[in-house]
Parts: sequence; structure tokens; C-alpha cells
Amino acid sequence: MIEEVLVTARSNPKIDPSLGIWSWEVPMYLFLGGLTAGIMCFAALIILLRKEDQAPWAAKKMAIWAPVLLTVGMGALFLDLEHKLYVYRFYTTFQISSPMSWGSWILLLVYPVSILLVLCSIRDAYPRIGGVIERFSAGRWITAFACYHRQQVATWSLVLGVFLGFYTGILLSAFSARPFWNTGFLAPLFLISGLSSAAALVVLGTRSQAERMMFTKYDIGLISLELALIALLLVNLATGTGVQLDALKNVMGGEFTTRFWLYFVFIGLLIPVVLNYREISGRRTWAFLSPVLVLYGGYMLRLVTVEAGQVSTWTRYTQSFDPVLLDLLR
Amino acid sequence: MARYAMVIDTKTCIGCGDCVVACKTENKVPAGLNRDWVVEATRGTYPDLTTEFRSERCNHCSHATCVYTCPTGASHYWRDSNIVLVDAAKCTGCKACIAACPYDARLIMHPDGYIDKCTFCHHRVEQGLDPACVSSCPTRCMHFGVLDDPGSHVSRLLKSRTYKVLLSETGNQPNVYYLI
Repeated sequence: MIEEVLVTARSNPKIDPSLGIWSWEVPMYLFLGGLTAGIMCFAALIILLRKEDQAPWAAKKMAIWAPVLLTVGMGALFLDLEHKLYVYRFYTTFQISSPMSWGSWILLLVYPVSILLVLCSIRDAYPRIGGVIERFSAGRWITAFACYHRQQVATWSLVLGVFLGFYTGILLSAFSARPFWNTGFLAPLFLISGLSSAAALVVLGTRSQAERMMFTKYDIGLISLELALIALLLVNLATGTGVQLDALKNVMGGEFTTRFWLYFVFIGLLIPVVLNYREISGRRTWAFLSPVLVLYGGYMLRLVTVEAGQVSTWTRYTQSFDPVLLDLLR
Repeated sequence: MARYAMVIDTKTCIGCGDCVVACKTENKVPAGLNRDWVVEATRGTYPDLTTEFRSERCNHCSHATCVYTCPTGASHYWRDSNIVLVDAAKCTGCKACIAACPYDARLIMHPDGYIDKCTFCHHRVEQGLDPACVSSCPTRCMHFGVLDDPGSHVSRLLKSRTYKVLLSETGNQPNVYYLI
């Protein structure tokens, strides 16, 4: 038996008694980053595979959501910073060993490419916005440039989309100090989840029944792949070291069990896959419900992963100091 | 690279907490925040119990994951040594370094928002003084010095006594040693 008790005060906010440095903002950023990655990948693939006729919304209208959602995600990330005025410091250096530094610079590449992807189809997809942009000579030039280089823009969107999707997972998996995150499965899991969320967005956005069916089928495959990756992630933890086994307990009987299995796996993955299957089998379902649950599941995956990962640790002290009691004495 | 180390004798530490108070006073650490702390570890089954006291802090690791994770270079090694510092003027408060530290030794400096931690009192070290916690220890169980010098007090202590470091399996190569 070993018991390690803190005999002097240690009640650093957000660190004690267990780590809670990241709240909803970082999961939201990871979710919207993943969704942006999925949007860029699907929009690019439809263009490169010349399937615009079969998937008009995904090819033309969806791309506008990429820079919009990424901006909202970056806004959430900004809200999370404790020393906000120094945010510009991300762009005064490049730290090759820091995944967060890589991410900052990748996002700087993603933004212009995602905007070029929007401009490729702006005339057809959003003629009013396109008209406003083309009132300016710079707007006309950049729109013509994007249209002329459509294939190259789509190729770069695909490459950067995959990078962005992987990055959202690597950001967490690079933390060796947090056993729940320290697995290579997070990167592909977050990329597949981002693609699944983007497919759900198409199902919500399109008015074409053929396109809806096509992406509903894609989503069944992607959710199945996601379930397989989750199983592998859990097996990876279950066959790991002592600290990984402790981390696994958080979702296997511990504090995050209900959130992980009920709110994420059951409501966010299993119910949508069943609803999608009913949809393609021609049985009546609420068409909007499944994609909404997929999007909800995408956010829950990040939320549960961030929360369960933070509390997974190498150190275990029994907290003997209660700051509430001290306040009562004052 | 100068390698500074702190060596703490668990046989003579009585867990009085003077090191914690000295740190707070020397570094003007705000109320409610702590750069160091004392742990009482009890092993065994009653009546066969052993107790050790450990004064803990940032381990100023030679392979500091917090330094490698920092996206802005705010977490850095001081003057090509292993002393890990945070430059408040570069810190965005992203908290990646907090997540990267297996010892949970970092804190958020309130109300400013930058990340803070033990500095091994580098402002005293550059004047040839020991860190405040070492200087104030009433049982003289804490020692500080350069490990590169085989004749230094800390090097000789580590040669003559059995010691351990915390969580060596993380690969961070910590530089706070505990004589056992």
C-alpha cells in the first residue's frame, strides 16, 4: 500500500485537485477544425472526381462553411487563452517540436485555400455574394484565378484538409503526460469524425435526394470506421501501461462512463447509423435527426476526449487541503 | 549545458513546509498559488509502515516536454542550462505546457494569465546564492548545485547515497533528486 498525501497547501486553480485547464472552448475548436477539414476534403474530392452533377451542394455550396466555421473555432480558441493580448506571439516564431505551433501555421495556409475553394464556385453557388466581390478589380482577379486553377485549388484543399483533420488529433496525442491522449489512434479518429460530420452537413444542406442518399451511405461507412477506431483506441489503452489502464478506467466505470458510452457512442454514433440505414432502406425517418446527432456526436467525441484526457495523470496525491474550509475560517 | 540539480534528503526532511513559505515570500507568489509543496508518502501495512517527506516542485527536466510543447518559445531553458523558465511577454496562456508536465508543476498566474512555475530562484543562482527554499530549510535537508562538477556538493551526495527521481519512466530526465 502506498498513500501520498499533500501536507502543505496546493490548490492551484484549474490544476488541483485534478487538471481542468480546458473547458468547452478547446473541444469546440477541435470539432469545428475537424468539420472544416471534412468540408474541404469532400468539396475537393467531388471536384477532383468530377461528380459535381451528382453532388451539387457538396461541390459548390458547402465550401463557404469552411472559413466561417474555422473562424468560429478560432474565436473559441481565443476565448480559452489566459493571456489574450499576447495571441500574436503564435506568429512571431515557429517551434518545430510544438504541434500547436504547427497548427497555427497550418491554419494560416488553410484560410486562403479554403477561400479560394469558395471562390471557385461563387458565381454559381452564391451569385449575390459573387456579384459583390466582382465589383472590385481585386475581387474579379482572385475569382478568375480560383476558377482557372480549380483543380489545383481542390488538390491543395484535399491535402490541407487531411493535415488539418490529423492535426486536431495530434494536438492531443502529443501530450505524453496525459495517458488517455497519448495514442496514435486519435489523429485518424478525429479525421474520420470530421469527414463524418461534413457528410452530415451535406445531408442537412442539400435539396437533392440523390445527393442526400449518397452522403447518407458515406456516413454509414465513416461512422462504422469511427466505431472501429474507438474500439482500437480502447484496446490500445487496455493493453498499455499502468497509467494507461488508470486512464481507461475513466470511461470504463469511472467519471466519464455515461458521457462516453451513452452521450457519445450510443446517441452520437449508434442511433445515427441505425437511422441512416433505415433511410437508405427506404423506411421513413426524420431526415434531419440523424445528421444533427452526427454533428452532436462529433462535438461530444472532442468534449469527452479532452475532459477524460485532462484528468488522466501520472501523479496521484490525496488532497488534504480544502481551500473552502480555509475561507470559512477567515 | 550547465546542469543544475536539487538534492533533497528524505531522511532528514520533517515536512515542516518552510520551503513552501520561503518560496512564496521570495517570489511574491500570490495567495492561493503554489510553486512548491510537500508530500507525505506512507508505505506498507500497519504496523509495518514507513513514511517519507518530499519537498516537490518543477523538476527542471533535461528533456522538458513543457519546453518542447510551447508554441511560442515562452517556455525556455535559461542560459543554456536545464533551468526551465517562462517568458511572460511571450506566453499566450494556451496552457499546453501545463498539460505537457507529468508533475503538474505549473500554474496560471492570477490575475495576469501567463503561466508560472518554480524558477530554481535563478535570480539568486546568478548571484551565487542557493534557491530560497534551500537557504531556509531548518534541517538542511535540501542541497543545490551543479552536477557537471564531479566535486560539487550535490555530485558527491549522489555518489555517496542511494537516490531516486520522480517518474523517471516519463523520459523527462528530472533534476530534482531524493536521497532515500
